[in-house]
Amino acid sequence: MDLKLKIWRQSGPDAKGEFREYPIQNISKDSSFLEMMDVLNEQLVSKGEEPVAFDHDCREGICGMCSLFINGRPHGPDDAITTCQLHMRKFHDGETVTIEPWRAKPFPIIKDLMVDRSAFDEIIQAGGFVSVSTGGVPDANAIPIKKANADLAMDAAACIGCGACVAACKNASAMLFVSAKVSQFALLPQGRVEAKERVERMVAKMDDIGFGNCTNTYACEAECPKEISVANIARMNREFFAAKVC
Amino acid sequence: MAKIDSKIPEGPLAEKWTNYKNHQNLVNPANKRKIDIIVVGSGLAGGAAAASLGEMGFNVKVFCIQDSPRRAHSIAAQGGINAAKNYPNDGDSVYRLFYDTVKGGDYRAREANVYRLAEVSNNIIDQCVAQGVPFAREYGGTLDNRSFGGALVSRTFYARGQTGQQLLLGAYSALSKEINKGSVELFTRREMLDLVTIDGKARGIIVRNLVSGKLERHSAHAVLVASGGYGNVFFLSTNAMTSNGGAAWRSYKRGAFFGNPSFVQIHPTCIPVHGDFQSKLTLMSESLRNDGRIWVPKKKEDAVKIQKGELRPTEIAEDDRDYYLERRYPAFGNLVPRDVASRAAKERCDAGFGVGTTGLAVYLDFKHAIDRLGKNVIEARYGNLFQMYEKIVDENPYETPMMIYPAIHYAMGGIWVDYELQTTVPGLFFGGEANFSDHGANRLGASALMQGLSDGYFVLPYTMQNYLADQITVPRFDINSKEFEQTEKDVQDRIDKLISVNGDETVDSFHKRLGLIMWDNVGMARTKEGLEKAIKEISALRKEFYQRVKVPDEKNGMNVELEKALRVADFLELGELMARDALNRSESCGGHFREESKTPEGEALRDDENFTYVSAWEYKGDDVEPELHKEPLVYENIEVKQRNYKTA
Ligand SMILES: Cc1cc2nc3c(=O)[nH]c(=O)nc-3n(C[C@H](O)[C@H](O)[C@H](O)COP(=O)(O)OP(=O)(O)OC[C@H]3O[C@@H](n4cnc5c(N)ncnc54)[C@H](O)[C@@H]3O)c2cc1C
Ligand code: FES
Repeated sequence: MDLKLKIWRQSGPDAKGEFREYPIQNISKDSSFLEMMDVLNEQLVSKGEEPVAFDHDCREGICGMCSLFINGRPHGPDDAITTCQLHMRKFHDGETVTIEPWRAKPFPIIKDLMVDRSAFDEIIQAGGFVSVSTGGVPDANAIPIKKANADLAMDAAACIGCGACVAACKNASAMLFVSAKVSQFALLPQGRVEAKERVERMVAKMDDIGFGNCTNTYACEAECPKEISVANIARMNREFFAAKVC
Repeated sequence: MAKIDSKIPEGPLAEKWTNYKNHQNLVNPANKRKIDIIVVGSGLAGGAAAASLGEMGFNVKVFCIQDSPRRAHSIAAQGGINAAKNYPNDGDSVYRLFYDTVKGGDYRAREANVYRLAEVSNNIIDQCVAQGVPFAREYGGTLDNRSFGGALVSRTFYARGQTGQQLLLGAYSALSKEINKGSVELFTRREMLDLVTIDGKARGIIVRNLVSGKLERHSAHAVLVASGGYGNVFFLSTNAMTSNGGAAWRSYKRGAFFGNPSFVQIHPTCIPVHGDFQSKLTLMSESLRNDGRIWVPKKKEDAVKIQKGELRPTEIAEDDRDYYLERRYPAFGNLVPRDVASRAAKERCDAGFGVGTTGLAVYLDFKHAIDRLGKNVIEARYGNLFQMYEKIVDENPYETPMMIYPAIHYAMGGIWVDYELQTTVPGLFFGGEANFSDHGANRLGASALMQGLSDGYFVLPYTMQNYLADQITVPRFDINSKEFEQTEKDVQDRIDKLISVNGDETVDSFHKRLGLIMWDNVGMARTKEGLEKAIKEISALRKEFYQRVKVPDEKNGMNVELEKALRVADFLELGELMARDALNRSESCGGHFREESKTPEGEALRDDENFTYVSAWEYKGDDVEPELHKEPLVYENIEVKQRNYKTA
C-alpha cells in the first residue's frame, strides 16, 4: 500500500517543531507500524537526510518504550495494543497518517517523536516499592494471598509505563499510572505496611512534577494498551483519603 | 592452561557455597561508602545486583541504554522462573534441579556453579514475593506452579504470561528505593563503548550519551557488566532492538576471555518470518507446550496444499496428522528441551512437511486442550499470548492452530567467568545472560530468569565484596588519567572511522547480510564446510562494511544510525569468533549441532573424550587468530550420559 505520512519533526527540546510530509510506497499490510517507519528511515538515510527519531525496543508490546500519537490516538487506531504491535492492515491504501509525539508538559520532547518520561521513574522512586532488602525475608508460602487479590494486583501490575494515559488525558494527568502501582501494593499484605506513606509520597511527587488533575473523562483507560482499569484510581483515592484521616 | 582458574571452592558439592560465604572477605560498613561500583545493565542481573550492592552501602552507578531501567529486555520474558521449592510435592529438590540443568545443558556446564544456582533458587522466590511480585496463586492462597521443557516436575513460578516483566519490576522497585536513598546513581540512555583498565584491573568505562552524543568517562573500583545476550548477531531474533554484544565484545578486546561463543539457543516456538522488512521475531512462550500439541501433516500432498492456501489445518483428519514430538519422544512428548524440539521442526520442514506460505512452520494446536479443559481455562493461562499472536498474524488461535518456527533466542555463550563471576580481567565481573553462564550447551526454559536473579541478588553482592575487601585503601580514580584519555580516544577513533566511510549501504542492510550468513551456517545445523565458508564470508563482509557503510555525520547529538553501526561493527567480529568456536567443536552438544556428529536416529552425539571442556577464547589482536584455552569440566556428582528424552 502507498501512504502519505505527516510527521512531527523537532531538532531538540527548545527548537521549534513542524509537520513534514513523506510519501511512502509499497508497504506490506503484514508489516508492523514500526517496520514501516524503518523503511522510511532507510530511505531517508540513503538520501542523506536525517532519520526520524522515535523510541522503541522490545517490539512486542511489553517494554513500554514505544510511544507515538497516530491519527489522534496514543498507540494508533487499534485497541489494547502498543504502537510496536500495530500492523499496517489497520490502514488503507492512500491514507494520510499523522504521527506526533506524546504531548504533555511533564514529558518534554527530546527530538522528533521521542520524549523524556523520566518523571515516571521519579514517581516510583518516591515510594513505588516495598522497603525490603535482599535476604532475610520469610518463605514465599508463609504469606498466603487470596487468589482474587493476587489476580487484581497482577491486573494493576501489568502497566508498562509507556505514558499513553498521560498523552490521552486533556489534563496530562498521571493518575492511572500512579494508581496502578499504589493498587498493586495496596492489594497485597506485603504492601500494606507502608501503604499510607507510599500513596502520600507518590501523589505529592506527581503533583510536584506538574501532572494535571483527574477530571474523570476516562480517556486514559480507553487508550491504555494494557487495559488498566480506572477502578485503580478509585482505589487510590480511597487509600489517599484514608491516609489523610488516620 | 595456567591462565584460567575456575576457583571452585573446596569441599563437597552441597557445602561449597556455604564454605565460600563463611570464609570470604567482607568490607566493613564505614568503608563501603568509599568504594565505587559501576553496573552496566539494569535487567534482572544488573538491576538486582545494583540494588543489593546499594543496600549494602556501596556507591553504585548503574547504566542502561533505554530511557528507564524498567525497560531492560528481561521485561519480555513470558513463561516463568524455576525454583526447587517442591511446593507441589512432586519430588523436586535442589539436587534434582541441579541435575536437570546439567543434563539439559548436555553436560557442558560447571557442576559447582549449577549447584549454587539450584541452591539459591528458593531464596529468589522468597525475595520476589516479599517485594510484592504478584505470582499466580492457588485458591488456597499458596503459589501455583507449571511445568516447562526438560523437567518431569512442576517447578516453574509465573505471573500470567508476564513473569519477566513482574520480576524486573520487582528489581526495578528495589533499585528505585536505592536511588531514592542516594546509594545508587542512575544513568539512562547511555551505552558502554569501552572498558578502562589501569595496571591490568578494570577501573572504569567509556559511555556514549545517546542524547547528547558526547562521550563520558566513569571510574570505579570494580565494574560489573550485565548487558544481556548477543542473539541479535543473527539480525532476526527474539531479542530487543538494542540488545547487543558490544559491552562483552569490548571487554573481550581488553582481556576478558570469551566462553563458548558458539552456544546459542534456538527457541522452537516463535512466530514464523513473514517478509523482507521484518525487524524482529516474536516468541510464543514455551509454556504453551504444556497444553498445545505440535504437528504437521502426515502426507506431503496435504502440506503442499496448505502452503498454497488450498487446504486449512482444521480440515485435516486426526489420522492424517503427525504429532512428531509425541511420536519420537514418548516420555517427554511436546515437552522435550528446546534444542530437540527446534531440530525436530527443522527436520520435518526440510523434508517438505512444513506449513504456512513458506513451508517453514509447524502447528501448535490447542483444540484438544480446549475440549478437555474449556476455553476459559486456556484463556486464563495464555490469554495475553493468544491476543499477541492474533494481533501479529491476524488469525484466532482458539479456532485455528498457531503456526510456529524456531528462532534465535538466547546466548548460553558469553564472557568467561570463574566461580566468583569474575572475568580474566581482575575487577571485571559479568552477570546474567552476558556471562557464559550455567546453562552449558543448552538452557532449560525458566532458568535464565533464575540465573539472572541468582547472580544479581545472591552471588555477585558476595563475590564482588570479596574482591573489594583489599581495595578499601585505594583512592577514587581520576578520570583525567592517561588511561581514560587513551581509551576515550580509541572510542572516538572508532566513531570517526565509521562516519568517514560515507558509503552507499545502510547499517541494517549489512546487519541483515550478516544475519543470513549466521543463520545458514552457524544456526541450527552446522558443518565443517559451512563454518569455514562463514568465517571467510564474514571477514569479507567486514571489509565491505568499512568501505561502503553509510552513517550520517552527526557527531554531536543523537545519531541512531551510529549507535547501530557501532553494534554491527562488533557483531561482525563476534560472528566470526562464533563460527570459529563452532568449527573447533566438532562434536554435537545441546544447541550446537554438527551434522558430522549424530546418532543413527539423527540425535546430537557428544564426544566426551575430546570435548568435555569450556572453550575460553583470548583476544590476540585484530587479524590475528584468537587463542583457545580449555577449562576442563569435571563431573563428580553426576554420571555423564547420552541425553535421552524417549524414556523417563
Ligand atoms: C522473548 C523472551 C522471552 C523469554 N522468556 C524467558 C522465560 O520465560 N524464562 C526465563 O528464564 N528466561 C526467559 N528469557 C530469557 C531471559 O529473559 C534473559 O536471558 C534474561 O532476562 C537476561 O537478563 P539480563 O539481566 O542478563 O539482561 P537484559 O535484561 O537483557 O538487560 C541488559 C541490560 O543491559 C543494558 N545494556 C546492554 N548493553 C549495554 C551497553 N553497551 N551499555 C549500557 N547498557 C547496556 C540494557 O540497557 C539492559 O538494561 C526470555 C527471553 C526473551 C528474549
Ligand atoms: S517497543 Fe516495547 S512496548 Fe513497544
